[in-house]
Amino acid sequence: MTDAVIAPPAGAAPTSGGHIGLLKVLGPVHVWGLGVGIVLVGEFMGWNYGVGKGGAFAALISCFVIGLLYTCVAMIDSEITSTVAAAGGQYAQAKHTIGPLMAFNVGIFMVLTYTMLNASDIQVAGQLIQIGAQQLGHDIPWQPFTILWLAILTLLNYRGVFATLTVNFVITAAAFLTIIVLFIGVTPWNPTATLLHKDLLTSLPYGWIGVIASLHFGIWYYLGIEGTCQAAEEVRSPGRALPLGTMSGMITLLIAAAITWYVVVGLLPWEYTGWDAELAPLFDAARVTGSPFLIVVLFIGTLLSAIASANGCINDAARAWFSMGRDRYLPEWFGAVHPKYHTPFRSIIFLTPIAALFALYIPLAEIITFSILSGLLNYTFMPLNMWNFRRKWPVGTIRRGFEHPFHPIPAIVLMLLCITTFFAVYLGYGRQLLAMMAFYIIISVWFAFYRYRYVRRGAQFTMAWPRPQGY
Amino acid sequence: MWGMLGWAAWIISAAIFAWIIWDFFQINMKYEESLLTSSREGVDELFVDTATAAGTKE
Repeated sequence: MTDAVIAPPAGAAPTSGGHIGLLKVLGPVHVWGLGVGIVLVGEFMGWNYGVGKGGAFAALISCFVIGLLYTCVAMIDSEITSTVAAAGGQYAQAKHTIGPLMAFNVGIFMVLTYTMLNASDIQVAGQLIQIGAQQLGHDIPWQPFTILWLAILTLLNYRGVFATLTVNFVITAAAFLTIIVLFIGVTPWNPTATLLHKDLLTSLPYGWIGVIASLHFGIWYYLGIEGTCQAAEEVRSPGRALPLGTMSGMITLLIAAAITWYVVVGLLPWEYTGWDAELAPLFDAARVTGSPFLIVVLFIGTLLSAIASANGCINDAARAWFSMGRDRYLPEWFGAVHPKYHTPFRSIIFLTPIAALFALYIPLAEIITFSILSGLLNYTFMPLNMWNFRRKWPVGTIRRGFEHPFHPIPAIVLMLLCITTFFAVYLGYGRQLLAMMAFYIIISVWFAFYRYRYVRRGAQFTMAWPRPQGY
Repeated sequence: MWGMLGWAAWIISAAIFAWIIWDFFQINMKYEESLLTSSREGVDELFVDTATAAGTKE
């Protein structure tokens, strides 16, 4: 192993007037608030379509199988991100471990995942206000409230990451507590008093193919936890905060997913839970209990989860876009940082109208499918990322913030589960999957033959590591 | 009263976006482009305040 160290690029030195960067102000709770905040909305809605594909038990199996997929994601992310501590998350990782074309694709996967998820969240948040007003006997449009949530969250993100993720931590914790309140409210210690598992649970209505098909929607339970990596450049201690925030977030989500499944399938028939028009199963479960307190609490919880998710998505999409601009994978103009608030302000502003247009004019199911497919492509890259990382910089050759155990088992399991889930997606959304693949092939050609000439080729490798083995 | 809520939401949203756009243009005019895009991956933020002051356009 050579001891030669790749020096930081010349561009890393402060410019004549100094330099402006993102602020290192975040701790583990912010990382938890970012990761769980983006995801928790998936417990309140979306996962239930897996029940429609294969019945209640299929949704439970997919909850744990996809939980395993995301545990592998979290383990891999925790190791690499705590070492590649840069905004852009998996984009910055791909740049160092695989190469520019992969990095460009991963960056776009992330921007699409979070921007589409943001659009879905604000659309739902607006519609929830409409539903709340309807419950009180008033009919109001949802569109103004969708745009209002977007405006408030954009402002929050524009003005600083600390306040943004502190707010996210608080509202995410509150939303998580509402799930716990519902769980206690249905008296699980006396299962036959409120819950009707005995009467409502059936065997697998469509057999094991239904279980495979439901894997697609199992992603909803956890989609976005990998977004914690985007905070890498803004945490005070990446080696501690990122693994701690990500893994504790994953544990929180596994608990929330299990409770959600248990309560909902014990209160609602699987045919209703998995129905295409069923928007918010946890809220409807609360309505079935007949308790006004639980109904109000779960309404608030559902709304808070959607807002927290949108808030985290704006944060993550902007950082991925910003990082690509900074390396000139995209116009350098996007790599600007606000001199007062230290946020990637141009990226935040640029992505806001895109989210608004999708939220106002595209149906929820289609937006979220874009998000899920891009997320899944990102997870498929991670095993390759991990293999390359350990092969080029074996344990002991560089300082790692965290070393995940049992390598290469998590990477192999993740790759197998991704392939299975792609098949599940193909069963339900084959056309969209192929269209998405075609889109990524076209932009890859554009990048390779046009955009790559502008990339800062030497300056993009910023980690002061030894030369990789074999180079 | 409920009918007014939608209009209020539009007006508040417009005001927020107007402030963001105003601030965006103000920052772009006040600071050098080289300073705004001077962030580099892997570089700790050690001298933010001096950087901000030094890069202001006269």
